[in-house]
Amino acid sequence: MKAQGKAFRYGENVDTDVIIPARYLNTSDAKELASHCMEDLDATFVKKVQLGDIIVAERNFGCGSSREHAPLAIKTAGISCVIASSFARIFYRNAINIGLPIMECEAAVAGIKMGDNVSVEFTKGVITNETTGERWSAEPFPPFIQKMISADGLIQYLQQEVLS
Amino acid sequence: MSMTMSQKILAAHANVDQVRPGQLIMADLDLVLGNDITSPVAIKEFAKFGIDAVFDTSKIALVPDHFTPNKDIKAAQQCKMMREFAYDKKIEHYFEIGQMGIEHALLPEQGLVNAGDLIIGADSHTCTYGALGAFSTGVGSTDMAAAMATGKAWFKVPSALCFNLTGKLPPWVSGKDLILHIIGMIGVDGALYKSMEFTGEGVASLNIDDRFTICNMAIEAGAKNGIFGVDGVAIAYLGAHCKRTPLVFQADEDAEYERTYDIDLATLRPTVAFPHLPDNTRTIDEVGQIKIDQVVIGSCTNGRISDLRIAAKILKGKKVNPTVRTIVFPATQEIYLQAMDEGLLKIFVQAGAVVSTPTCGPCLGGHMGILAEGERAVATTNRNFVGRMGHPQSEVYLASPAVAAASALTGYISNPESIEE
Repeated sequence: MKAQGKAFRYGENVDTDVIIPARYLNTSDAKELASHCMEDLDATFVKKVQLGDIIVAERNFGCGSSREHAPLAIKTAGISCVIASSFARIFYRNAINIGLPIMECEAAVAGIKMGDNVSVEFTKGVITNETTGERWSAEPFPPFIQKMISADGLIQYLQQEVLS
Repeated sequence: MSMTMSQKILAAHANVDQVRPGQLIMADLDLVLGNDITSPVAIKEFAKFGIDAVFDTSKIALVPDHFTPNKDIKAAQQCKMMREFAYDKKIEHYFEIGQMGIEHALLPEQGLVNAGDLIIGADSHTCTYGALGAFSTGVGSTDMAAAMATGKAWFKVPSALCFNLTGKLPPWVSGKDLILHIIGMIGVDGALYKSMEFTGEGVASLNIDDRFTICNMAIEAGAKNGIFGVDGVAIAYLGAHCKRTPLVFQADEDAEYERTYDIDLATLRPTVAFPHLPDNTRTIDEVGQIKIDQVVIGSCTNGRISDLRIAAKILKGKKVNPTVRTIVFPATQEIYLQAMDEGLLKIFVQAGAVVSTPTCGPCLGGHMGILAEGERAVATTNRNFVGRMGHPQSEVYLASPAVAAASALTGYISNPESIEE
């Protein structure tokens, strides 16, 4: 499994209120949420984003509210992977639970600029800046999480493991 | 191997003798919470299981508190979906408008939280219940859906930070100032993935409402949970609200903490978090002249009776500055009634403040107090991110009820010590 696209590069502590402001939380429709994704941080994001693009951000990405609408908006906007120096814990859980691939890699974040062409090989945990040729190894998911991802998310995983 | 209090609760609910930091466990839950924003997403996910019944109709709480009383048609649709699910699945703890309060004040008050419980909620401030010696943490809607179906959730066992408290808080300094001080010290990701355990002889002087406030904002330091040991103060609260016998877990004497912070409560000052992060703190002495347009007193952080009493003490017999819109929202109907009985609501109205029904509304920029471009608010809430209370170019300053009330009187962020009684 591989993702490739241009990088949207953001700073640290990107919170879920700027990813999807609460004024749009009166719906759970994923497409409507996606149409306001990142609005208070980068009003041009929705216009520029293309299927497969990658968000690259510094530490504590997704801090704040537990709203799953945040990873859902990002995924539905077409983002194929979020790479960050670190993730806030609820966002980390939510992204895995809904099948939005995420990678923690501080070195890659330091080596990627806005608009760079980036590719990610999930099984190997390899991130490549295709624009500069630089390459990094990220920590692969622990086996438990890999199992969950191969089951296509938490709900399906639990159907197999717990309810049976 | 020795364990922290949080680790012991997790071990007990995973039916194992020992857990260690980093270990992945599947654990049994005592309570699963959702609100009118997170539940609709969870209900859609729950439907994918293809099962009719929830795991236990008495261990799920559904609280329509965010965009209620319904702020618009879309919010009304979301609430309707949640209400129909609650009736259809025979959820015992669904709180209609009239019984509804802000979830993290309501659940302990209704006796749904016990010491030793393991609780998840699809709301990040679920960590509030650590004040009563429960392990509680915020999750997303899919986790909530899975928990409603199975009664279980997966956890990565957290390591812990220890906050050793000594001394007593000075007058006009509260639990809010302590937690803002801590977040300012360790940063918004200073406790990422970890437990924050509060201990030491200074704990005894913190009332239960202060402890709720402190645990409530553990998430603002990135923590998985915040927790206090169970002492007489917690037992007294539980005795008055919860019918179950408290299950008391104590950290081992040699429990391992990644770091211990010693804090003398007597040295703390009223503290304000400047925009746009809760760790951007300054003491009241360093604030300078900040003109404000709105004051919000309430929320799951500071909408409890002690908070309202402090605000009323400052506002009694005075008028708020006519340029400051002052909004007070008691967190639950019971707190509302108590404030009425004690004459606090009259003090607020006579001072020129408005008193709202319980709602999360203004805290997250939902309704009932949205800021326009360039406006500033002092709020006793928990987050001051960009656009949190309205326009992306508005500003929120986080503070205690005492600072908020004093600021309402002057029109500037003010020190409660400077207000004459």
